[in-house]
Amino acid sequence: MDWLTILIIVIQCFVITLAVTTAFAYLTLFERRILARLQNRVGPNRAGPAGLLQPAADAVKLFFKEDIVPAMADKPVYLLAPAVAVIPALIIWAVIPFGCLNLNWDYQACYDPARTNLWNILQITDLNIGVLYVLAVTSIGVYGITLAGWASNNKYSMLGGIRSSAQLISYELALGCAVLSVVMTYGTLSTHEIVTQQQGGLWGIIPQLLGFVLYMIAATAEVVRAPFDLVEAEQELTGGYNTEYGSMKFALFFMAEYIKLIAVSALAVTFFFGGWHFPGLDILGREVTALAGPVAGSIVFGIVSLGAFLLKVVVFLFISVWVRASWPRLRYDRLMDLGWKWLLPVGLLNLVYTTVVIILIPDRVVHSWVLFGLGAITIAIAIGFNRTPKPIDNVTLVKDIQLPN
Amino acid sequence: MLNAVPLPAVLTLAAALFCIGLFGALSRRNLIGVLMGVELMLNAVNINLVAFWRYFEARYITGQTFAIFIIAVAAAEAAVGLAMVIAVYRHYVTVQADEIDRLRG
Amino acid sequence: MEVVVQITFGVIAVFILVAAAMVVSVRNVIHAALWLIACFFGVGALYMLLEAEFLAVVQVLIYVGAVSVLILFAIMLTRQITGEGVRQLTNRWPVVLAIATLLFATVLAPTLINQQWNVPPAPPLGTPEPIAGPAELGRGFVNEFLIQFQVVGVLLTVALIGAIVIAYEERARRRKVLTLAEELELKRLREQTSPTVPAPVEAEPVVQESRSASER
Repeated sequence: MDWLTILIIVIQCFVITLAVTTAFAYLTLFERRILARLQNRVGPNRAGPAGLLQPAADAVKLFFKEDIVPAMADKPVYLLAPAVAVIPALIIWAVIPFGCLNLNWDYQACYDPARTNLWNILQITDLNIGVLYVLAVTSIGVYGITLAGWASNNKYSMLGGIRSSAQLISYELALGCAVLSVVMTYGTLSTHEIVTQQQGGLWGIIPQLLGFVLYMIAATAEVVRAPFDLVEAEQELTGGYNTEYGSMKFALFFMAEYIKLIAVSALAVTFFFGGWHFPGLDILGREVTALAGPVAGSIVFGIVSLGAFLLKVVVFLFISVWVRASWPRLRYDRLMDLGWKWLLPVGLLNLVYTTVVIILIPDRVVHSWVLFGLGAITIAIAIGFNRTPKPIDNVTLVKDIQLPN
Repeated sequence: MLNAVPLPAVLTLAAALFCIGLFGALSRRNLIGVLMGVELMLNAVNINLVAFWRYFEARYITGQTFAIFIIAVAAAEAAVGLAMVIAVYRHYVTVQADEIDRLRG
Repeated sequence: MEVVVQITFGVIAVFILVAAAMVVSVRNVIHAALWLIACFFGVGALYMLLEAEFLAVVQVLIYVGAVSVLILFAIMLTRQITGEGVRQLTNRWPVVLAIATLLFATVLAPTLINQQWNVPPAPPLGTPEPIAGPAELGRGFVNEFLIQFQVVGVLLTVALIGAIVIAYEERARRRKVLTLAEELELKRLREQTSPTVPAPVEAEPVVQESRSASER
């Protein structure tokens, strides 16, 4: 490993961190504008042209707010919690393939499952346990919120922290099941190879329709976004785990949440929507290589694949904002109900489907469509079950209270 | 790694971790503290297994498999142990090991 | 290159030992749990250095992601133990300290250092060494170690059910937490019926059956 390689890795890390934080800043603007449109409002449009400087204004405001540490807080843990929240959200990007720009100037190597002659600059590292790394990093994401809740020494923060750890642990299982069925389908733990195997239009959503639905629900709960944002339910908790946080420390929590949202969208694209694949991408690479040589060919291929990836991610982010605007918040017991009694059994069922069908039907295209059919049937049945009326919930009305004698 | 760090260095590190864990497991009053000491000891054992695997037979999987089984058993132990801690707390309203000295509830 | 590895190993070793020492000596139990997490991370880094990447990630996934969360959860559910004023070590801790130190200094360390290990020589630098990775591990789990794998699965299921059975509290025995409106209503009712009886209502178990009966 020479110095040039190390320098390139360092530059990659810097660029990705900066890009992700910028994306976070503009995601807040994007979300506010879209939410406003969906609610028939205008949204922030004063700072700069069409409100484009709004994130900068927000950042300046947060920078200059007074930094308060509550007197009875556990100070080291209180200061540690925002950092612990942000770090997993940033390091998860190390294994996500944004595209394929081969520095060995051969775009065909991107499709090679053996990964010989590939030096992809649009992915920091291609671990051979990439998917497991993703699961491990998401599993440590719970600490930031829990510790913030505990260290603030505030009952609302504490309730938010306990809620969050219970919620994240419950939905991690469903998330793991969904991701593992993808791993089973492609027989690899490397994210690059999962993308490579989705070449030719047979994207991951076809064999793993059920896995995709599970992943989207579990991932939304995992990044504590509406409709699963009970952790910070304003009506009940005055703001949740970050009640006692202000200024930049609050901004760090906010940042962690949105970066995680972008990360799970990028992972959904990687696992289920072909990553950087786009119809006609290989034809483009071939034509440009024939026209202007292999260097230009791989550069054009890399830029177009990056664009395709980002486009897909933006579509996912839009859907996420749309969901936030459309659905009310779940009640807490319903949330646990959904996670343990629906998502986890269906996830295990999906693992069984995937194993049995792939072993019985070796042909790739046929077993993909068989799995698609099975998944669609299962989703229909599950939704049908959920329509049956529920027993009346255990709520004690004030008029029903009896005096115990 | 093999040339740079000799095997006894890794093993001594594991032994030190084991002794610290032993001290924690035997001298903490708090039941959860005792469990933490046990976890440290299990980690020390795992370090030993992985070190032997790496230095002696890296091409086989036995050492890693053994370590994975230990991790699984440790997870089961932690789940049951903490459930017991919570049950004890509910009954005695304390988790200090030396205050739980009644034979009958 | 060797020096880099040695320095890395030294840093990781010191980190693990300091974190472990803090785990057993810190008064605040939450802080002890945080040091425990740090120690698990250090051990994961050591696995990474020993080129057992799969095990390193599993260590983070299970120990840091699951076991430590359980421990934190248990600490938060059992209150009154995180206080600084509570004595955290038993009376016999000097004896235990002496035993542990002697065990390390007179038995373990000399044996480990003086033993002739007969480590097979490492291949010369540059030649790739065959190291078992996740694919080999997966194959091992479904061939060689199939029975053990199944037994661990059964063990985990049993532990899951056992943990639920042990920690389960029947609804009927659970203390009911009243909302503010309910408390006020109770107070009003109590004043109406018998103003002299100071009944500590919240402390008494409210039976589930009577509540569901009253709903119908």
